[in-house]
Amino acid sequence: MLRYLLQRLLATIPVLLVVAVSVFLLLRLTPGDPAAIIAGDNASDEQIERIRDGLGLEKPLAAQFVLWAGKVLRGDLGESFFFKKTVAQLIGQRLQPTVALSLCTLFLSVLVAVPLGVLAALRHGSWLDRLLMGFATLGFSIPVFVLGYLLMWLVSLKLGWLPVQGYRRLQEGFWPFVRHLVLPCVTLSVVYSPLIARVTRASVSEALTEDYVRTARAKGLPAWRVVLRHALPNAAVPIVTIIGVGLGLLLGGVVVTESVFSIPGLGRLTVEAVLARDFPTIQGLILLSSVTYVLLNLMVDLSYPLLDPRIRFK
Amino acid sequence: MSDGRLWLLAALAVAAGAGADEGAKVLRVVPHSNLVILDPVWTTATITQDHGFLIYDTLFAQDARGAFRPQMVERYEASKDKKTWTFTLRDGLEFHDGKPVTSEDVIASLRRWGQRDALGTKLFSFVDAIEVVNAKTFRIKLKEPYGLMLETLGKTATSAPFIMPRRVAETAADKQIDDTTGSGPFIFKKDEWKPGERVVYVKNPRYKPRAEPPNFLAGGKVAKVDRIEWVIIKDAQTMVNALVAGEVDLIEAPAFESYASFKGNPDILLEAAPVYRQATLRFNHLQPPFNNPKIRHAAMVALDQTAELRAQVGLPEMFHTCFSVYPCAGPLATTAGMDGIGRGDAKGAQALLKEAGYDGTPVVIMQPTDLTILSKFPVMAAQLLRQAGFTVDLQAMDWQTLVSRRARKDPPSKGGWNILITYFTAFDVADPAVHPLLGAACEKAWFGWPCDAEVERLRAAYVVASTDEQRKSLATQVQVRSMEVGTYLPLGEYWYPKAYRRNVVGLIEGYNLMLWNVEKQ
Repeated sequence: MLRYLLQRLLATIPVLLVVAVSVFLLLRLTPGDPAAIIAGDNASDEQIERIRDGLGLEKPLAAQFVLWAGKVLRGDLGESFFFKKTVAQLIGQRLQPTVALSLCTLFLSVLVAVPLGVLAALRHGSWLDRLLMGFATLGFSIPVFVLGYLLMWLVSLKLGWLPVQGYRRLQEGFWPFVRHLVLPCVTLSVVYSPLIARVTRASVSEALTEDYVRTARAKGLPAWRVVLRHALPNAAVPIVTIIGVGLGLLLGGVVVTESVFSIPGLGRLTVEAVLARDFPTIQGLILLSSVTYVLLNLMVDLSYPLLDPRIRFK
Repeated sequence: MSDGRLWLLAALAVAAGAGADEGAKVLRVVPHSNLVILDPVWTTATITQDHGFLIYDTLFAQDARGAFRPQMVERYEASKDKKTWTFTLRDGLEFHDGKPVTSEDVIASLRRWGQRDALGTKLFSFVDAIEVVNAKTFRIKLKEPYGLMLETLGKTATSAPFIMPRRVAETAADKQIDDTTGSGPFIFKKDEWKPGERVVYVKNPRYKPRAEPPNFLAGGKVAKVDRIEWVIIKDAQTMVNALVAGEVDLIEAPAFESYASFKGNPDILLEAAPVYRQATLRFNHLQPPFNNPKIRHAAMVALDQTAELRAQVGLPEMFHTCFSVYPCAGPLATTAGMDGIGRGDAKGAQALLKEAGYDGTPVVIMQPTDLTILSKFPVMAAQLLRQAGFTVDLQAMDWQTLVSRRARKDPPSKGGWNILITYFTAFDVADPAVHPLLGAACEKAWFGWPCDAEVERLRAAYVVASTDEQRKSLATQVQVRSMEVGTYLPLGEYWYPKAYRRNVVGLIEGYNLMLWNVEKQ
């Protein structure tokens, strides 16, 4: 397993290299001059030139890339052109909201979606199955901002139960933290739960047709035990995969949800950095997102043999 | 009701109660933009200017009627020949760190500002010497009289001459300061500043306000709340919901679409006195077809202020046409030289285009789709120009791309442009000296680079004019000549009032976020 782990980790290096080069080149080729943006309206051409020079934008692309890559390898993501803070500081400030939102969404989605998916699989083809999958389609189709506004209107403005917007860090108190997280978390879960529910349904449905399930039933095991002990573990691989992909997407930043609920997470930071042509921040964020994806995929892969003993590391 | 439901309701009730407003002394404000740059001399960003007025003070300040009154200055005098000006500071002025404000601080601040700001540069081109008389008194000696001394030292438009400690003001002008020590009514809490999330100010206990009542940026700046939090909310609807729910107290710039929802809400008030901005359409004088003055004139005839404002603003009570390059409510307003332009005369424009020999060169108009207070003007401009016979290429982009692109002098096919639409506050366009779009100094002019010696001669004469009559006459001549040359076209005036909760009292109305004198009841 250790050898497999090392191989997989080594395989991430070319992936990250390709990502780094692509992002670096794409950013430089898109229109927009960070120096002109930073300089403001009254700046003369000379001042813009000086800023450009100070940012190192006058150097050849290859030299800029080598400089940046060298710093990254030493663990230095550089300093934001625009925010005048280190990229690591910026990401550090925005990480907690995104991680909290992602984990809360994932927890809620799994809690709701897996039982519903199993239920739909057990009642395959029945009205309950069709109803649940109908709701799943609806949940997956509804734009997240529409749902966000609707929940905000009902829960915050009409009932006054929860705040409309904002984020409170855990350090500011547990209740404020939870209260500010509930609505965005529920909103995102309505979108993510159907995805997990549909995969669970398909996967459990397939497992329920297997011989070992028939044997378990023939032994007289109760239905819940057949599902929990035999069908669900065998259906777990695709479910875990979709959960891993979902978590990767959430951790990359959910721009619309963060904007609607005014959560200062990585998604909003990405948009702000792109609009300001803040190259170091964008590069840092994309690199972080890529590393997160790669590691999550690795963790998902590593979980397969634990879930299904037929799978072996090769 | 089951036990489970009761438990849930109880939990929600506790949750709703927990973390409720910590006290009435915190004012939560949604500003129009995110505060990123902290140096109001280094950038012209309006949000940084608002930040500056909270934490710094100025020597002079403008009142609601446009007059310039002493602010940090106790008294001043000018010699008979107007070449020597002596200023004495008020007693008891202190920086946030407790050190007194001295003449040396003032001189260092003015020198740094004079290297960045256009009006500051103009003033320093007249300055022969600027010297310390004593800790509270300083003197400015001029090579020749300068007619706008108080207007310059009390400049309201970005960037204002804020007074900083000497150690801060000695920072190179092209480098941003990182020390935010000022002497204004509030102190910036740098440790609580989270760009994109929250900006925090606390009351400055050392601030000594003037005795006079507050009057726009002049008068006594009394901090009546302990803490101000700028809450950065980007989504227009969420802003509205947060205000309605009482999570924030004031929105500086609600979207036009939001006003209808405020009108039926007794808890929400809107600023009453209109403070207008001028919408402007700039031609690129370096590139065809607008390097031809006749074609510029044809476009000015084709464009229509009313149609533009209806498309952009929509609400009739929030806009009006204004056929003047100066604010229509200001003392320099005049319609001289504006006959027949900005009134949507498509047929007249067609005839002028034919006469000018327009060859169908496409006109590239930049449209900032992410800036809702500007995004519709270009669409209407494109339509009006097409009706007049222009070939138009309307190019959508984000505002930051536009900001970069407008600095390019290349042909539109190589990343340049032909038409740029933006807006300015009344302070920015108050007179020929500060108006960025009246400058016609070729390569040194604002983006678009018009080139006309006569406009520049008249502007230079305005700066040294000594009477209001002379200034008015020169301002009128500048307008007439500018419209002949086609430096730009005013597209009318519009405003968007701040929205705030009824329990917020004492708000000083105007462009800036003037949050002294404001209290929560």
